[in-house]
Amino acid sequence: MKKFGRILYLVLIVIFLYAPILTLMVLSFNNGKSMGKWTGFSTHWYIEMLQDETIMEALYNTLIIALIAAVVSTVIGTAACLAIQVMRSRSRNVLMALNNIPMLNADIVTGLSLMLTFIAFGISLSFGTVILSHITFCIPYVILSVMPKVRQTTGVHYEAALDLGATPLYAFWKVTLPDIFPGIVSGFLMAFTMSVDDFIVTHFTRGAGVNTLSTMIYGMVKIGIRPTVYALSTVVFVTVLIVLIISNIISARAEAAKNV
Amino acid sequence: MNRKHLSVPYIVWIICGTLIPLGMMFFYGFTAKDGSFTFDNILAIGLPGHAKALWQSLELSFISTVICFVLAYPLGLILRSSRLGRKSFTLFVFILPMWMNFLLRTMAWQVLLEKGGVINSMLVNLGLNRLRLINTKGAIVMGMVYDFLPFMVMPICNTLNKIDDSLIEAARDLGAGSRQVLFHVLLPLSVPGIVSGITMVFVPALTTFVISNMLGGGKILLIGNVIEQEFTVADNWHLGAGLSLVMMIFILISMAFIAKFDKNGEGLT
Repeated sequence: MKKFGRILYLVLIVIFLYAPILTLMVLSFNNGKSMGKWTGFSTHWYIEMLQDETIMEALYNTLIIALIAAVVSTVIGTAACLAIQVMRSRSRNVLMALNNIPMLNADIVTGLSLMLTFIAFGISLSFGTVILSHITFCIPYVILSVMPKVRQTTGVHYEAALDLGATPLYAFWKVTLPDIFPGIVSGFLMAFTMSVDDFIVTHFTRGAGVNTLSTMIYGMVKIGIRPTVYALSTVVFVTVLIVLIISNIISARAEAAKNV
Repeated sequence: MNRKHLSVPYIVWIICGTLIPLGMMFFYGFTAKDGSFTFDNILAIGLPGHAKALWQSLELSFISTVICFVLAYPLGLILRSSRLGRKSFTLFVFILPMWMNFLLRTMAWQVLLEKGGVINSMLVNLGLNRLRLINTKGAIVMGMVYDFLPFMVMPICNTLNKIDDSLIEAARDLGAGSRQVLFHVLLPLSVPGIVSGITMVFVPALTTFVISNMLGGGKILLIGNVIEQEFTVADNWHLGAGLSLVMMIFILISMAFIAKFDKNGEGLT
């Protein structure tokens, strides 16, 4: 009986979490626009979505911004972790504490303060300012992912490589980098996801004309949601699902390979 | 070329991207439009409209945080108690919605709760009356809980799973019943995760304006809405900055709270 209660609880939570998403997915195949009436199965909303310039442009922007932001923040963040590892504990603590600020700050404060800064320095809000802002909040997540890995690999392998005659650069490339690679990958994915999912910071730093998926959807709130957005939701959900499953499989295999 | 120099880009970014912007916030918050130093923007939190917004934000985010905790902790206990539940794949099922776009998830609740939306249409089909579900405080709480629940589930499950089984066995050997095990072993040891989860829910819930716009119809104003309006519609950046600084005080309190309970930063991973 107790076991049944537990399973029931889990099922209820799962229903709560997935019902809204599944509703959108079902509606995306609805022939008509209505949210309440099923007027037949159709995929024409998906075709309309692909033909809708606003949506496609927003999607493109979102992906480009996320890609650039993730790459740059991963490079800067990883470099920072490697440097912090060899610092005295006082500098290390200061930098790690500073790293926490963007994460604990509310998005609205981050977005507004960046907007104020850009405008004060005469930088007009555009695509570029969005990317710069995204990098700013992505770096802490990269550091959070990479730092544990850097701490784990205590540098013994690196020193051994140097002892065996490798140049520092070669040792880094062939020894340190592969060791911390899982952290780098997960940091990159986190940064990418945070960027794709961001709304508030983009909202304040984009100026007119630049739209990401999130800002576009928010704009549609005022006008009235079109079913093409339901199709978009389904695509986003399925993509996220596939990406996460793949990344889970990869990291599970990497763990298993390590334990061999 | 020292390895420490690798941190230079990062330091530059922190200064330009975090410290200077925060400084700008302080500057705007403490000055008036004519440039003179003033406390007015900070004290404006006491004005009736603003105070009400702040109070509503505190009220709704507190309720949402409590609901999230009440839902997430038993979930963590249940998952911990079975071998299948401890697998990362099971946790994955509950965390997955978190990775989906936050606006789409909030919009999904709009679709469910609206006057002509899914729930009301089902009620009409059953011959019942429509309910006024959207544009209420309840809708906003629902949206907050739905959006932020995975952020509470993740750290709680992580810390609960880290607790060694042998501690539970030892407690039982000493005669502890299930209740005592929960309150004297599990709860104290899972505090870092709980604190982390509370922070990751309370702070975004307190400062959101999206959820209150989409599910509250813009009629229920939270402090986030007020601040956003000051910057966009009312064009009074100084006031907006001042109110933001007040809000940041609440965030600092939660940072101090975390530092007290979670010294190793365990809960954040």
